[in-house]
Amino acid sequence: MTAVTPSDATQHVSPRLKGRRRSRTLAIGIAFVGLIVAVALVSLVWLPYEPSDTSGGRLESPSWEHWIGTDKFGRDLLTQLMIGARIAITVGCGAVAVGATIGITIGLVAAFAKPWLDDTISATLDVLIAFPVLLLAMLIVAAQGASLGTAILAIGIALSAVVARLTRILASQVLRAQYVTAARTSGTRWFGIVGQHVLPNIWPTLGVNLALLFGAAVLAEASLSYLGLGAPPPNASWGRMLQEAQATFTTAPAGAIAPGIALVILVVGVNFIADGLRDLADPTRKRSR
Amino acid sequence: MSLLRIDRLSISSASAAPDARPLVDELYLSLEAGARLGLIGESGSGKSLTSLAITGLLPSGLAGSGSITLNGVEVIGADERVLQPLRGPVASIVFQEPLTALDPLMRVGRQVAGPIRRHRGLRGGALDTAVRAALDEVALPDLDRMLRAYPHEISGGQRQRVAIAIALASRPALLIADEPTTALDVTVQAEVLALLNRLVAEREMALLFISHDLAVVSSMVDEVVVLSNGVAVERGPVARVLSAPEHEYTRRLVASARALDNALEAL
Repeated sequence: MTAVTPSDATQHVSPRLKGRRRSRTLAIGIAFVGLIVAVALVSLVWLPYEPSDTSGGRLESPSWEHWIGTDKFGRDLLTQLMIGARIAITVGCGAVAVGATIGITIGLVAAFAKPWLDDTISATLDVLIAFPVLLLAMLIVAAQGASLGTAILAIGIALSAVVARLTRILASQVLRAQYVTAARTSGTRWFGIVGQHVLPNIWPTLGVNLALLFGAAVLAEASLSYLGLGAPPPNASWGRMLQEAQATFTTAPAGAIAPGIALVILVVGVNFIADGLRDLADPTRKRSR
Repeated sequence: MSLLRIDRLSISSASAAPDARPLVDELYLSLEAGARLGLIGESGSGKSLTSLAITGLLPSGLAGSGSITLNGVEVIGADERVLQPLRGPVASIVFQEPLTALDPLMRVGRQVAGPIRRHRGLRGGALDTAVRAALDEVALPDLDRMLRAYPHEISGGQRQRVAIAIALASRPALLIADEPTTALDVTVQAEVLALLNRLVAEREMALLFISHDLAVVSSMVDEVVVLSNGVAVERGPVARVLSAPEHEYTRRLVASARALDNALEAL
């Protein structure tokens, strides 16, 4: 488990040095993600142009009127980038919420189940995980039709297998711990065991992994949109921006570079936060900070 | 009716060969309300398995046969619904290693509050008061700090006192102490034993005291059962068993304890 004695954490690096490095990672992560979230929030109340406004010249270079230029239809790229931030965060949060709800439930059921049911669930999960996330999501989108909700649902379901397997492994470790036996001898019922002991003890590891999966969900949404299976217009998506700018990359590179940089900032930022969160969520490590 | 009655209890691994020796072999013992019994044996002799079997919490993969009746209820093969009301009010366990027996991520106050809320139905301010009283009863200092501390932030002896407070919170009729002082250093050991002694006497609880340490057992109980490789080889009043052991295994146990004593005195 993640419960480490303070000496573990301090073995190689002095605690102060380690703490400072951790908090710097967290700070950079929060700054990166904060930037994208701020852009997404601003897009709700203000946009430089209407998303469907094609009044600009085609494939214009960055200028005072269009900060990162226009696309091949004459639409403002900054406007699309801002809406794309909103879509990326919506899909990331939604997909992680869907994946976590389904995955944690299945994982807990497997951890508590009789061996034969546990084995069946685990084998099914292994097959699902071996199946590429994007392919699974494409199947669901193909069946349901492309929309924002479908993208969230499809990516969430694809992620849920990973969450379920991790939950099962972590929860069955906790269930073997003596403090669970001790809690049961004092009469704690199974839902008390889950709520009071299992979830808090798997949360440090699970939470960090959910943050990492948020990054994966954002990338999956961009990939779906790139393939034309994401949220349809007027929802702009970074993935579709990349796809549309691809053909004219040599003459107007801004249309591909801007969403690319935005994707990197968001995903790297989330990964940095995940790294920094690991320590915050675990009070047995806090002392070594 | 005995509070605890174990009759021909055998515990064996489900995956072991049918002719393999069971981990606990045809053990019988009984304990009246308020009585004290010691279970002596070296590690691996089946002492801890016996204590888990009494609360119906054998690790998966192990199966018990025979009969254990706790407060008149058959435990072997019983359903969770039957076992649930027994855990806490009838029997509670204090484990050997308090660091692993306490949830590392839960504050001490909440861990003690859990069983008090469940078994005594207290809420809000009354619960807070009861938690403080429970920690005060096991002689923990600096209650304000203790309530908010995580297990790794307090000492080993304090942790074991917390574990005792949790075990007693449900007001059990039978306290099972499974090597409760083995993980503690000698001075702390004496304090925790004195505490257990006092609480068991005050509340008129029955005590099943499990240990490999003859000196500790003799200070806590009146009768003992000696376990060797899952078999009860000797039983009787503690003074008689220790002064005139009948079985070869008990003789060796007593002799090695004496040898250690003499070696310490010679220093």
